[in-house]
Amino acid sequence: MSTIMEQMPIVFQALNVGFVQTLKLFFVTLLGAFPLGLIIAFGSMSGFRPLRYLTRIFVWIIRGTPLMIQLLIIYYFPGLVLGKTIWGGGEEGRFLAAAVSFIVNYACYFSEIYRGGIQSVPKGQQEAGLVLGMTKSQIFFKVTLLQMIKRIVPPISNEIITLVKDTSLARIIALQEIIWAGQAFLKGSQGISGQIWPLFFTAVYYLVFSGILTLLLGWLERKLDYFK
Amino acid sequence: MAILEVHNIEKSFGSTKVLKNIDFSLEQGQALAIIGSSGSGKTTLLRCLNFLERPDKGKIVVQGETLFDAEDPTTMREKDVRMKRLHFGMVFQSFNLFPQYTALENVMLANQLLEKEKPGFKENKKEIYAQIEEHAKELLDKMGLSDRADHYPHQLSGGQQQRVAIARALALHPDILCFDEPTSALDPELTGEVLKVIRSLADQNTTMVIVTHEMAFARDVADQVIFMDEGIILEQGDARQVIEHPTQERTKQFLSRFAEN
Repeated sequence: MSTIMEQMPIVFQALNVGFVQTLKLFFVTLLGAFPLGLIIAFGSMSGFRPLRYLTRIFVWIIRGTPLMIQLLIIYYFPGLVLGKTIWGGGEEGRFLAAAVSFIVNYACYFSEIYRGGIQSVPKGQQEAGLVLGMTKSQIFFKVTLLQMIKRIVPPISNEIITLVKDTSLARIIALQEIIWAGQAFLKGSQGISGQIWPLFFTAVYYLVFSGILTLLLGWLERKLDYFK
Repeated sequence: MAILEVHNIEKSFGSTKVLKNIDFSLEQGQALAIIGSSGSGKTTLLRCLNFLERPDKGKIVVQGETLFDAEDPTTMREKDVRMKRLHFGMVFQSFNLFPQYTALENVMLANQLLEKEKPGFKENKKEIYAQIEEHAKELLDKMGLSDRADHYPHQLSGGQQQRVAIARALALHPDILCFDEPTSALDPELTGEVLKVIRSLADQNTTMVIVTHEMAFARDVADQVIFMDEGIILEQGDARQVIEHPTQERTKQFLSRFAEN
């Protein structure tokens, strides 16, 4: 049995690889969910009733069920029920399925935040723009957008921090993210087994990363503090 | 010829008739005050003039040009409506300044956007922006706010915000400046400073339509007064005449509270 000092390089090497996968899932989710959330938000505010109802029912289902179930269904359903593996095999296939699940799930949460943000900008702002001869798009980009962003930064920050930790749910379809990497040393991997300490270090990765994000988002919030 | 003619405007929200047979005209350089209790349709009338509401019936004519005719759908085209709005300026009860811009930027924004759309903007951008800024500074100065140009709305008092809003409306050189209860959100002290500004605009013969609950102000500053009740014009005429010697029973009743003070 090697000492902890000897195990460390092996463990950190494995944790780093896992953390890269965690980061990838995190950024891909944000990149997809930010715009998709806006589309869903517009759908849920649409004047066309069937679209509005359908969108709201969809958001209700996604927000009302655990992300873990969504992951399992999205990953296994095509292969088991339809007899078609649309995700491809191996780690890449698992990542694709995880990314789709996370993007859809977070887009639904974001859409509700966007909707609140859009609706919370007083109607008088739009009317003031109209009587000054502005077009609808000028009003959106020059008047309401920044006010909306200011209002949604705190709740979006909350979701972003939650997402950091939620990425670990992808472990359920065996995506090799950082928890998977740490847990491997419990069961035995690369000659190391029965070790709990690598898992403590996975927690440190999460803490440091969410700490950095908290600082960044706090800075953004303060940047927008110049107006009320 | 009257600068503004309003012919038989009617407007309903659902089954509630808010405006019935509204008919009046306004001469260049005159101030018209619209008085009446809450819910009498005053604000809706102003919003119709500014194309924020579309009347169901009637016509709006400015300087002989028919801006709106309920019988003629070609007068309602979205892109034309946008330019037609510029005949009118609007000052809101709740100011509606853009919070992310300074006082000066609030006054300049609309002009900058309008100039951008004109040909030859790119070549002369610097001079055009300098002119807009100079003009905006003059207006703020006129409002007694030259030392507040770089303040954001939340750093200003309500009275100062409303004066910025007046400068913002004037920046586009409207033919007719509309005020929707401009002092109703202000305490009495701040009300005075805003009324003073409107009074000085009247002295310079700015054509104005002012919805107000300040009866003494309406009597002293306006040339004409319209008294509205339940969506109709119940009484209209010379300001002093209507406010001091109303003929209608309902007008007398409405003004009696004012007379007691």
